[in-house]
Amino acid sequence: MTARALEANGIATVVIGSALDIVEHCGVPRYLHNDIPLGNPLGHPYNTDEQLDTVRQALSLLSSSAEPVVRKTAMKWHNGESWRGNYLKVDDSNREALKLAGVENRRRRREQIEKGEKR
Amino acid sequence: MPDPVRYMQRTREYYFAQGFDKAYKWAQHDDIPWQPLQKPLSQSTVAFITTAVPDGTIAKLSRSATSLSIGELPIEFRTDELSWDKEATHMDDVNSFIPMQAMRTLAEEGIIGQLAPRFHFVPTDYSQRNTNEIDAPKILEACLQDEVDVAILVPL
Repeated sequence: MTARALEANGIATVVIGSALDIVEHCGVPRYLHNDIPLGNPLGHPYNTDEQLDTVRQALSLLSSSAEPVVRKTAMKWHNGESWRGNYLKVDDSNREALKLAGVENRRRRREQIEKGEKR
Repeated sequence: MPDPVRYMQRTREYYFAQGFDKAYKWAQHDDIPWQPLQKPLSQSTVAFITTAVPDGTIAKLSRSATSLSIGELPIEFRTDELSWDKEATHMDDVNSFIPMQAMRTLAEEGIIGQLAPRFHFVPTDYSQRNTNEIDAPKILEACLQDEVDVAILVPL
């Protein structure tokens, strides 16, 4: 939404991320997608060359495209694909724990509200 | 090539399992605003925008958009409350989510003109209204003040 506001007011933008469905749902002018676990959108931790290449590719979308563009890079996660199925998994092994986590989340939120935390 | 993870569906199911009964509605737009480059990248002033929290002492519900001097770039950002894959990876390397080091290199190479004097934090907020009516206009104003031509957004 921030990219959209900038773009509508004269500032060209490019988004780099790892959540393709969310960014496509929102609709942004230029998006570079690294299909790796959420947390390191620029590339693997401590891989400076990869991170630099990501930013280089993102900037290239600004000069190479004359219309909205989504580009998927060839980046692959270093130790396989199992992360895809594990992230936010819900099954019998964690259902009870998730219920308890939800109770705790709501308690913490109430606590912040009671302390007067707000915008 | 494997299919991309369907994060929206996964997140809905996860929070339902936690007992939240109202599904989050992600922003959706059919139109896409489009601003072409006004000048070559090599002459452009470039800023970056992150959702990683530069000041972790502010409570989550009270965070709002902030613009800080690039000279004040924190060594660490607060990320523990954000949604990322805490099993598969870590966020100990700031450069895996903050593009400052890469941007400095690209400025030295002459690929981009210069770095904007400030970078920007936008909180991930349940309220799209807060983002649209408070945060995005604040960032826009700061970027216009800094005469930013190009913004790189790296949401987590």
